[in-house]
This record gives sequence, C-alpha cells and structure tokens, in this order.
Amino acid sequence: MSENINNIINENTSQETSIRFENITKRFGEVWANKNVTFEMYKGEILSLLGENGSGKTTLMNMLSGIYYPDDGNIYVKNQHVSIKSPRDAFKYGIGMIHQHFKLVDVFTCIENIVLGIEDKEKAKISYAKEICQQICDKYGFIIDLNKKVYDMSVSEKQTLEIIKVLYRGADILILDEPTAVLTPSEIQRLFNVLRNMRDDGKSIIIITHKLNEVMEISSRVVVLRKGECIGSVLTSTTNEKQLTEMMVGEKIDLNIQRDEPVNPEERLIVKNLSCRNKDGIKVLDNVSFTAYSGKILGIAGISGSGQREVLESIAGLIKLETGDINYFDPKDHVMKNLRNRTPMQIRDLGVRLSFVPEDRLGMGLVGNMDIIDNMMLRSYQKGYAIFVDRDKPKKLGEKIIESLQVKTPSINTQVRKLSGGNVQKVLVGREIAASPKVLMAAYPVRGLDINSAYTIYNLLNEQKNKGVAVIFVGEDLDVLLALCDDILVLGEGKVRGIVDARNSSKEEVGIMMTKSNYEKESDIHE
Amino acid sequence: MMTTLFNSIIPAAIAIATVFLFGCTGEIIMEKAGHLNLGIPGIMCMGTVGGCVGVRICVLMFGTHTINWFVLVLLTLIFSALFSCIGALIYAFLTVSLKCNQNVTGLALTTFGAGFADYFMTAINKSNFAGASKVIRYSLPFASNLGVFGKIFLDHGVLVYIAIAIAIATSLILSKTRIGLSLRAIGENPATADAAGINITKYKYLAIIIGSIIAGFGGVFYVMDYVGGSWENSFTIQAFGWLAIALVIFTVWKPALAIAGSIVFGILYVVPYYTSGISFAQMKILNLLPYVVTVIVLIITSIVGRKNVQPPQSLGMSYFREER
Repeated sequence: MSENINNIINENTSQETSIRFENITKRFGEVWANKNVTFEMYKGEILSLLGENGSGKTTLMNMLSGIYYPDDGNIYVKNQHVSIKSPRDAFKYGIGMIHQHFKLVDVFTCIENIVLGIEDKEKAKISYAKEICQQICDKYGFIIDLNKKVYDMSVSEKQTLEIIKVLYRGADILILDEPTAVLTPSEIQRLFNVLRNMRDDGKSIIIITHKLNEVMEISSRVVVLRKGECIGSVLTSTTNEKQLTEMMVGEKIDLNIQRDEPVNPEERLIVKNLSCRNKDGIKVLDNVSFTAYSGKILGIAGISGSGQREVLESIAGLIKLETGDINYFDPKDHVMKNLRNRTPMQIRDLGVRLSFVPEDRLGMGLVGNMDIIDNMMLRSYQKGYAIFVDRDKPKKLGEKIIESLQVKTPSINTQVRKLSGGNVQKVLVGREIAASPKVLMAAYPVRGLDINSAYTIYNLLNEQKNKGVAVIFVGEDLDVLLALCDDILVLGEGKVRGIVDARNSSKEEVGIMMTKSNYEKESDIHE
Repeated sequence: MMTTLFNSIIPAAIAIATVFLFGCTGEIIMEKAGHLNLGIPGIMCMGTVGGCVGVRICVLMFGTHTINWFVLVLLTLIFSALFSCIGALIYAFLTVSLKCNQNVTGLALTTFGAGFADYFMTAINKSNFAGASKVIRYSLPFASNLGVFGKIFLDHGVLVYIAIAIAIATSLILSKTRIGLSLRAIGENPATADAAGINITKYKYLAIIIGSIIAGFGGVFYVMDYVGGSWENSFTIQAFGWLAIALVIFTVWKPALAIAGSIVFGILYVVPYYTSGISFAQMKILNLLPYVVTVIVLIITSIVGRKNVQPPQSLGMSYFREER
C-alpha cells in the first residue's frame, strides 16, 4: 500500500473544524460496527465517507444524528464536546441527516413535513415556514412545490424536501446517506449543484457513498472505512480511484478455502438479456446475460441492491420479467428448456433450487415456529395424497441433515427459530441440497455466521460443485468470492459490469468494477 | 310517519348517537397515535362504573332532593375519567412501554372491563339513580314546547352537547395545531416523528389516556342519561363499544364527520324499535345494519384507495427505536 494513504492531511489545520470524532466505538452484539474511529471535518467542505457494505458508514453517521449512541469515544461539534442522545440533540448542534430511506409522512404536505416536531411556536407556523423555505429554495436552487402531498412526489422531490427540512431547522452540518442511489443522472447533477452552492455558503456536508466517480467529482476530501475502522483520510485532489479502491477493500486475506478444478463443465443455465423494473418503475435489471456451468461455482459480486436478488428470483420464477430468456439445459433428456414460461413449482421440479437467505434469515426459506421435521415437509407435502401427512421420511431426512451437517439442536422437534443463525442456515441449505439439485442458488448463505459454520457451508457448496451441480453464490465478502468461486459475475446498478476468472483476478479489480459506474474493461487498473 | 321521524326517531337517534360519538372520538384520538384500542368496550364499562360512583358520592353528600346540577355533572365526569384512566394506563403500559400486541391487550381489557363493571355495579347502591339521572338529564324547560326544532336541537341533557363540542375540538386540534400534526405523524410513521424530535412515548400515553376518558363518558351517558339510571348488565355498553370502533372506520378517522356518522348509526339503531309490526328476527336483521354499512364503507375506501381516507399507516404496530 502506498505511503500517502496514511498521510493524514495536516494542511487544513488553518480551517475551522466542524466535527471531530475521537475513538468512536459501537457494537451490536458480537459485531463491531465501529471501532476506534477518529477523524475530523472542516467548515465549507464536502467530505465523502467511503466504504464497502457493512463497513459501518451509516452506523457512524447515525451516532452523529442521534439515532444510536456510541458505546465509547467522544464527538466534538465546533470544538465543543457534545453528547447526542436523540435526533433533537442533533438539531440543537446544527446536524441534519438525510437518510437513505426517507423519513417523511406520506399523507402530509411538503410544508407539514418541514414543520413537524419543531417546538418554537413562530417557526412551527405554516405561513412563516413557507416564506422561509421559499427563501432557502431560491438561495440554493431547489425546485419544489411546498403544498404537494408527499405521496404524489417523485423520489428526487422527496430528497429535496428532506434537505430543505434540515436546512429549515438550521442545520449547517448535513449528512447524506447514499443520496445518488435512487436518482437519475440528470437529478444527480442537479443535486451536486445544490450541494456545491451549500458548500460555498459555508456548510459542511458529509456524503456516504460507494460510487468512486461521484467521490472524485463532488468531494474535497475522502475518509475510508473498512470493517468498522477508519483506514485514512485523503484529499481528493491527491488521490485516484485505484488508491481509494485499495483502501476500501484492503489487502487480500488468504482464507484457505478448498477449490477443486472443475470437471467437464458444460452449459447448464444460459441467461440472456434479463430486464425488469421494481414497483416504483425503476430498472433493477438491465440486459443481464451470463452462463452458469455445471461443476462450477459462479459468484455474484456487487454493492448491495445492484440486482443480485432480482437475478436469483427471476431464475426461480418469482418475479415478472420485461424481457429476456432463461434457458435451462436439462441433463436428463438433453433438451434446452426456457424457464420463463414455467411456474416456480415447475422450475423447482426441474432441479433449480433457490436457497435464498435474505436479510431476515427465517423470512423466505423456513417457518420459524415449526420444528425441523415440519420444515422438511414444506418441500415435500405436495407429494402426499393421503389424508394424514407422512412424517417418517421428513424425519429421516431431518436426522440425516442434523448428523451430516452437525446441526446443534436439542432435538429434531425444536422450533427452528430457537436455533442459532448458523444452524438455521444449515437446515435450510441441507434441505435444498437433499433434493439433489441441478442448479443451486445461495444468496448470502454465510451472513452472520461464525467462521466454522461458514466453512461448513463452503464445503457443502464445493461438494455440490464436485457432483456436477451449477452453483450460483451471491456473496458480499470479496475474499470469499475470490477464494471459493470459479467465475465472478460483477453487477452494478442492475447491469453486468463484467465476468472475471476468480483464479486470476485481484480484489482491487473486482472492487473497482463494483464501485465505478462508468467502468470499462480497458480502464487503467492494470497499470 | 314523518311526524314519528321528527318527533321520536331523530331525537332518540341523537341521544343514542352520543354514546357512539364519545366512543368514536376517543378511539380516533388513539388510532391517530397508532393504537388500535379494542379495549374501548371495556374502558366504556369502567368509565360507567366511575360515573356511577360519582353519582353515589353526590347522593351521599347532598341527599336526593338538593343535588346541584353542576356539582353532580362535574363529579360524575371526574370519577368516570378516573376509572377510565385505570383501563387506559393498563393498556398504555402494556402496549406502549412493554410493546405487547395491541389486539390481544385490547380484547383482554374488554373482558376485564366488562367483568369489572358487572361486579361493581351490583355492589353499588343504585336506589337514587333514577332521581339523579333526571338531574343530569336536565334540559331547557321550554325546549319541549318548541315543536320539532326544540325536540331535535334543544331537548337534550348537557352531555350531548359536551360530546359534540369534544368532537369538534378534537377535529380542530388534529388538523390545525402543532400537537395534532405531531400526533398524526406518530400514527403514520413513528420513525419519522422520532427523527423529528417528537417524544413518542409521551404523546402515545396522553392520546390513550385522553381518548379513553372521552370514550368512558359514553358509558356514563348511556346509564345516567339515556336509560335513566338503571343497570342490567354490561352487554349493551360492550355492544356500543364495538359500534364505536366500527364508526371510526365509517367516518374515515375524522371526528367532525363522526358527528354525522354517529347520528346515522343512531337512526339505524333506533329505527327497529319504532317500526311496528316486525318480528323479533326482522328486528335483529335491522340491528345488523350499522355493521353492514361499515363493511361497505371499508370496501369503498379500499377501492378508492385515496391516501387521505386510509387508516394511519402504522396503526396497530409497536414502535422499536433501535430495530435493525
């Protein structure tokens, strides 16, 4: 790693400090969300807070805006030691945060949302607020109708409203959590213009992001977080995207995950030109094409919400596609079958298995209040035609899974929700594998698991691969993806950014593909 | 027929509507704060007991013949409020502080309140209630001489006007004031309200307490005014409680509309008793009407789908701040 990464800039000491974090630490249970984070920011600058998913950016900012309270460490606002216990305290110190999920009341008008919760009687008056907000709009160049109901607003209007809201409360330190994730390119430019106007007016602005090109464009300084720790702070003018990526992803860690050479890989799943929109009409998949081979593990990398979930769900037949084909080569009869016009049940019966592990582990695969046997039966009950269900076979399967995967459970009759995360995961993956799938899809199967359980899952996936199953693995840890998979498909904003060979790729290479939205294959990263 | 309508049906409907209106206004306040309180029937029963205790104390203090109208009404309402508060605090502690399931807590409270009322109402000496009721029900002496106008608008006890005043005041507070704005924000999106610096727990407690007190007045009105101070059991009051909750949906969470809505319910409720020559079964079918109308309104508002006729968005859900 080059020297200037740790070269914390001292030239700015002449500038006025607006915020200083000192050894901020926050834990959630076993997880360190932030560990000894120390940095400062100055008046009249735009600071980018850069980091991978789960690197603790949002948690850190939530401590500044009073949503969480740090376990340890000090926060200074304008050189004054402060204790921010609630969002109200944050307002008092002039701190305003624009959350990724807007905090607005849908049935209220724009102006009602602005005055909500203001104690000062004069300031809470609608007529007074309208006048002041109009002045704010004119000063910084916002365009908004103050009488519009929030449910009639576009995403960009809602964001504008959020910014005016914190400005009206007198904030001069603004935090924006991934403000561009939901905007169109022209809206992003409009936002950046407004941010520059505010910066020139002496406001301090922190933007949380993982898009490198935006970091380079808008910010004057970058602070990088990795696994909850502050890696360093650099001036944007003295750095480049390559260096920032290195800081973000860190050095390669050798995980010692076993990886065998694929045996006779053949095309199993050919995905062509998938496109679909979410319920807000935003394109979540844009012309995605790739091929999954038998006997290979295909990794899917990308910052969260880049379309990973949608890719898996469209293969499993769970969402409606706009365009595209999913061709499945059935090894039984050597016929190519299009999955697009089949029901999820038919797709499952062909041997395409989804062991999807969403944010909430018990949400999509298992029923928490039922025991292991009953959860096994969820996949087989259609087979029975008798009045009473057959519990013998599922029981045997459950016992087999408990034994072979070493599931720690008091008994086979224990409710699944009482098991620990890793054991729940093993039950879920075990059940899907037991059906001897031809395609196995696993999304974040090791999220929240301890090291040993994670390795058990990796071994299971490897075992399936060696049996000739086409495995699709969605992961968030680049080290794991690079060590476990054969190929890696990188998704960004619903598009395929590239497919790389996991054996010959570096972490930086994948990292920069994930984060740089105008990435092209011939970029300068190999230099 | 027209004479019956204006001389009997509408005045009677307005009288019984008062019970619904108290219950409905109280429930709206709570639902606006995000709390679906199914304990309203129970709380109305408890409020009734409180009111009767107040009446009894007045009778003991002043004797039957010298009771001052103002003192009697005041004491009745104060004691009713105190007893409703017990129910409200149980509900608020369980659902706001301990974040229990609101439906289960509410249903339990209804059962509790009904039993509470049945027990204490048998224990209270009700011998002077009929007399006290006449005092509470005091209306302008010339009202009944003013024909239809007097019968409809003037010939009622003071509680009827209090109910209407509370409904109008609630409507104004909810739509026009800062407090109302904050309260509605809590029911719609507590996380937003929290981020805006509103003290959610305080607002929820106050909404539940004030709402319960208002609802409790409904029970007192029924026993001490509408039926003239007699008591059989808690079933009728419970039934009114459910009707009040239905009325909240019928009036799409608007207290000002609830005044008209409660009179519609009142008419539907009293019409069977003024229709001669119908069988018991037919009468029961007519009794169904308020519920049928509520279901129809619910279907219409769902189809229309306009945001301003929908229930508060986080109605019935507990709010956890550090949820991740």
